[in-house]
Amino acid sequence: MRTPLKHSITVRVNGAEYRHEVEPRLLLVYYLREVLGLTGTHIGCDTTSCGACTVILNGMAVKACTVLAVQADGAEILTVEGLAKDSQLHPIQEGFWEEHGLQCGFCTPGMMLAAIQILARNPNPTDDEIRHGLDGNLCRCTGYQHIVNSVRYAARKLRETNQEAIPSAGGGR
Amino acid sequence: MIPAAFEYHRPSSVKDALKMLQDLPDAKLLAGGHSLLPLMKLRLANPPHLIDLGRIDALRQIRADRNILVIGAMASHWMIESSESVKRHAPLLAETAGKVGDVQVRNAGTIGGSVAHADPAADYPAALLALDAQFVAEGPNGPRVIAVDDFFTGVFSTALDAHEILTEVRLPFQDAGTGSAYLKFAHPASGFAVVGVAAALRMNGGKPARIRIGITGVGPAAYRPKAVEELLVGKPFEARTVAEAANLAADGVDVNEDLFASSEYRAHLTRVFTKRAVMLAGERGGARSE
Repeated sequence: MRTPLKHSITVRVNGAEYRHEVEPRLLLVYYLREVLGLTGTHIGCDTTSCGACTVILNGMAVKACTVLAVQADGAEILTVEGLAKDSQLHPIQEGFWEEHGLQCGFCTPGMMLAAIQILARNPNPTDDEIRHGLDGNLCRCTGYQHIVNSVRYAARKLRETNQEAIPSAGGGR
Repeated sequence: MIPAAFEYHRPSSVKDALKMLQDLPDAKLLAGGHSLLPLMKLRLANPPHLIDLGRIDALRQIRADRNILVIGAMASHWMIESSESVKRHAPLLAETAGKVGDVQVRNAGTIGGSVAHADPAADYPAALLALDAQFVAEGPNGPRVIAVDDFFTGVFSTALDAHEILTEVRLPFQDAGTGSAYLKFAHPASGFAVVGVAAALRMNGGKPARIRIGITGVGPAAYRPKAVEELLVGKPFEARTVAEAANLAADGVDVNEDLFASSEYRAHLTRVFTKRAVMLAGERGGARSE
C-alpha cells in the first residue's frame, strides 16, 4: 500500500507544547522517546503487561506502548521528567529515594507514575490497596515491599504538605 | 513492536463513523485499543484503516433512563468502576469493571471495545449475562437492539454485523432485593479469567425468586448454566443445595484447555466458583449465611 497520510498532533508534555507530523502507527512511547527524546519512559515488555512505559495522559495513568501518538492529540502528558519541580523532588521520588524503592531502576519511572495515580484517587491507601493499585507494574528486583513503603512515604508527605499527587502538568486537577 | 501501516480516521459523530465504516474497505473500529493494538503489534490483525471512536463524546456517557442504566460503549472500565450511578443501579457491573486488567488498562480500555472483541476469557460477558443486558448497535439502516443471550456467539464472535457500531449497553436496574457477586480465578500472569462467575439473585422469603448466572473463561463464549439456575429458583437457599446445583455448572460445555488449566481442572474450578459466587450473591441479597 502507499505510505499512509501523516497526521499533525499537538501535545503538551511536562508543560511544554509540541507539534509534530506523525505516522498513524507511531506508538506514544516511541513518540516520547524518539521524537521528543524523553527516554525516562521505558519500554519493557511492549505488551501492556509490565507497566514500565506508564505515563499520565490527561490525568490518567496509561501504558504508552498501547496508545497511538495520534490518539494523544490535544492531550496533556506527564512523564517522569516532569515530576521534579525547581530541583525539588516530587514526594514519590523522595519516597523511592528514602525507602530504597529501586535496585536496577528500570521499572521505577512507571512505578512512580502508577503510584501517583493511586494517590490521586486515594490519599491514604492501605498496603493492600497500594499492592492492588500496582497490579499493572512489574519489578524483577525488589520483591515490592520497598516499593510499597515508598508509596506510603509519598502518601504521608503529600498529605502533610497538602499537595496534589498528580502535578498540574499531567492534566490532573 | 510497531503495527503495520494503516490510515487513521477520526470521526466526530456516530453518523460519520458509520459512513467511514461503509466506505473504507476492511476498516476496523478503534475504541480504547487495548485488545486491537496488541493484536496489530503481533500482526494478528492488519487493518488498512482504523476509525478512532475516541472523540465521539456522546459514546462516553453513563446515564439512568427511568429504570434502565445506559452505558455508552466508549465508557472506560474506570468510569464504570467509579460511577456512582453504576454502583447504585448495577453494582455487579461496577464490581466486575474493577476486576478487569490493572489500573492503567482500566483507565484506557472500554466496555464497548471489550464486548465487541469478545475474548472468551474477558470479564464483562459474565456480568452482562447475569444482568440481562441489551446492546444497541447502529447500522446503515438505523439502530437495533440485541439481547445478551444472543450476543456472544463464539470465540471472538458476536452478533454484531461488520457495518454496525456498538453504541450502548443497557441494563435494567438491579433492585434493592437483588444480591450479586462476580468472582474470578484470575490467570496469574495475564489477569484474564481462567474462570469467572457472575451471579445475580433476588431473594424472596429466603428463596431465590429470580436468578441469573453468567460464566466466562470456560467455554468458547460466555454462557448461562441454565440447569443450575432452574435448580435454585424457589428452593430454600442452603449451602448444600447450592453446591449440588453448582455441580452442573460446566455440564454440556466444550470446556477450554490450555497450558495453565486442563479442561478437567477448569470444569472443577467452574463448579467451585459457581457455588461461591451464588452463595455470596445470596448473602448480599439478604439470605442468612450458615
